[in-house]
Amino acid sequence: MADMLISYITLAMILFSLGMLGVVSRKNIFVVYMSIELMLNAVNLIFISLGRYYESMTPQVISMLIIAVAAAEAAVFLSMIVVLYRKKKSLDADLFTSLSQKDAL
Amino acid sequence: MTRDYLLVWIVLAPLMSSLVIGLLYLYSIKVSKVKNTIFTTLGLISPLVSFLIAFFFFIQMIGNDTTFFYSAYRWLGVDGYDIDMGFMADRLSIFMTLFITFVGWLIHIYASGYMRDDEGYGKFFFYFNLFIASMLILVLADSPIIMFIGWEGVGVCSYLLISYYYKDGENVKAGNKAFIANRVGDFGFIIALTMLFYYAGANGFDYVNLSHGVQNLSPTVLSCIGFALFLGAVGKSAQIPLYVWLPDAMAGPTPVSALIHAATMVTAGVYMVARFHFLYDLIPNVGLFIAYIGAFSALFAAIIATKQTDIKKILAYSTMSQLGYMFIAVGLGGYSAGIFHVFTHAFFKALLFMGAGAVIVALHHEQNIFKMGGMKKKLPIVYMTMLVATLAISGIPPFAGFFSKDEILLTAFASGNSFLWLIGVFTAMLTAYYMFRLFFVVFYSKNYNEKRDIHYVPKSMQIPLIVLAFGAILAGFIGVPEALGGSNMVSIWFENWVKSPLHVAHSTEYMLMSINIFVVFLGIVVAYLKFYNYDMKQKLKLSGIIYNKFYIDEIYDKVFVEGIKKLSIFFSLKIDINIIDAIVMGSSRGFIRAGEFVSRMQSANTRHYALFMLVGVSMASIYLLIVLG
Repeated sequence: MADMLISYITLAMILFSLGMLGVVSRKNIFVVYMSIELMLNAVNLIFISLGRYYESMTPQVISMLIIAVAAAEAAVFLSMIVVLYRKKKSLDADLFTSLSQKDAL
Repeated sequence: MTRDYLLVWIVLAPLMSSLVIGLLYLYSIKVSKVKNTIFTTLGLISPLVSFLIAFFFFIQMIGNDTTFFYSAYRWLGVDGYDIDMGFMADRLSIFMTLFITFVGWLIHIYASGYMRDDEGYGKFFFYFNLFIASMLILVLADSPIIMFIGWEGVGVCSYLLISYYYKDGENVKAGNKAFIANRVGDFGFIIALTMLFYYAGANGFDYVNLSHGVQNLSPTVLSCIGFALFLGAVGKSAQIPLYVWLPDAMAGPTPVSALIHAATMVTAGVYMVARFHFLYDLIPNVGLFIAYIGAFSALFAAIIATKQTDIKKILAYSTMSQLGYMFIAVGLGGYSAGIFHVFTHAFFKALLFMGAGAVIVALHHEQNIFKMGGMKKKLPIVYMTMLVATLAISGIPPFAGFFSKDEILLTAFASGNSFLWLIGVFTAMLTAYYMFRLFFVVFYSKNYNEKRDIHYVPKSMQIPLIVLAFGAILAGFIGVPEALGGSNMVSIWFENWVKSPLHVAHSTEYMLMSINIFVVFLGIVVAYLKFYNYDMKQKLKLSGIIYNKFYIDEIYDKVFVEGIKKLSIFFSLKIDINIIDAIVMGSSRGFIRAGEFVSRMQSANTRHYALFMLVGVSMASIYLLIVLG
């Protein structure tokens, strides 16, 4: 049982790291968004595997909650991406720096 | 004693009236005019009240040597070490108080006439009463700390009064000079107080305890304390080398000069040495040093005075000279002689200044004696009283100055320091010479401007002159030496203070007296020959080292003022800008740079933020891994 848990958690960590790498390295806002979702689901995976391990329902409830929140978030995020695209006619994340210190000065 | 609380009212009367006058004056300039008579009434009553209370104590002291103590409240209390706002009236302080208040009161009356057209009439009396109050605190204090309050108060008041005509920058400069020279002296006083506290203050800091405390100290420590204290006295009493402020202090109104020179301020130094007699009795060498400083100051000032032309400056130098005499006496342990001279000096010096002030007013503020002349006919009362005062300061019997000066010279002679005595006698001759020079030039001489109009001299200025003239005649009779059939009440009054009675045969005394009188007459005769028929038309030779006061002011200017100025410029331009500012501005610039660096991290580039987070979280994880194993 413990071996199974470790392999699940390792998978979740790999997924999370991939997501993190995607957020840091990719410029396309869509890909960034997908990476975030990937990280979210990696966490979900940890919750569920731990829930199985301890035979508890609480983590499963939490993960259901996370899925619901992620769905709502997806709606907001996607509409924001549309708005951002209309502003600059581009999806390059590096172009959106209007809050930088350089611009403030 | 149930009436001891009255002691504090000697000080409180002028202090409170000065506060009331000050507030009324503020009211009069801010809201509505207050009549001058109100200021006059308040200002004149308070010294009189002090005098009467002091007289009450004086009477109680006759016959029995009681000392009155009254401690008003606890001023400082640090861990069981208490300093009270305490007042003490012993024979010395009550004697000082009597003539301070009396002469001070007469000067107040005179000032009410002298200043009556002045805009700041109320302000003037505010300062004046405060001056008297400070001096009384100084004299009546029961511990050196309380004395120091009065000491500083006197310094402040002298500053305020000397630069009273503050619209002229020169007067303000003179006030500053007085204050700064006094600060140098105060520095010595503070050091002495600290050392006294450290070495002798174990059982309390009033004079009684201190006098027990100093008995077992090593001579080195005692000498250090004695020197430091004397530095304070030198500053306040205008002796070499800190006398430079005194002639400049003439910038103030004439009553101020009279008050500073006669009743308050300059006598503080002499009083202080006498007050610390328990200390100076143990270190006769320092006392001798004091006596020599006094003798040289006396001679030095007298030499300068012979060539001055400003009537007030001549009197200022004569004060310095007379103070030198007092220091000769107190330095040699002749406290009664010194204080006696302080007492007689108060009368004739106040009289001299008031007379000079009357002449100055009459001639529309002319101070150069070579532009006066022939005042005998114009101001007969001033002439008579000035004659009395001049005779008194010169030391002609039976005027006051003779007895006190004779006693000082006797002390000097009896102490075996014949050099001191010689200087004293020579100075006495010079004193007679320069005082009669002033007198003859101002009141006689010829070819002066006949047609000038004489400004009215009010009665309030003339009456104090007459009173003081009687004082100058009679004040000496309280100290007639035994050789002349008197009983010398002054030295009886101070009998507990005298280290050792003077052992001089009467025949020697007669000889000394005749020498004194002879040299004084010599001085007068020389002055008479040179100045009785002085021709005002002839041109003055205003040059020479003596006229320029031995260039001491210039030397001080070059050495101290310029030196300190250069040092301050060095500090402000070099040290301050290059080092202090560099550190302060450098650190602020450093913060700005660091801020700029940090702000560069806020690129608003989300990917970078994510990277920082990644790095941070990774670091934290690695740390946890290492720590938790």
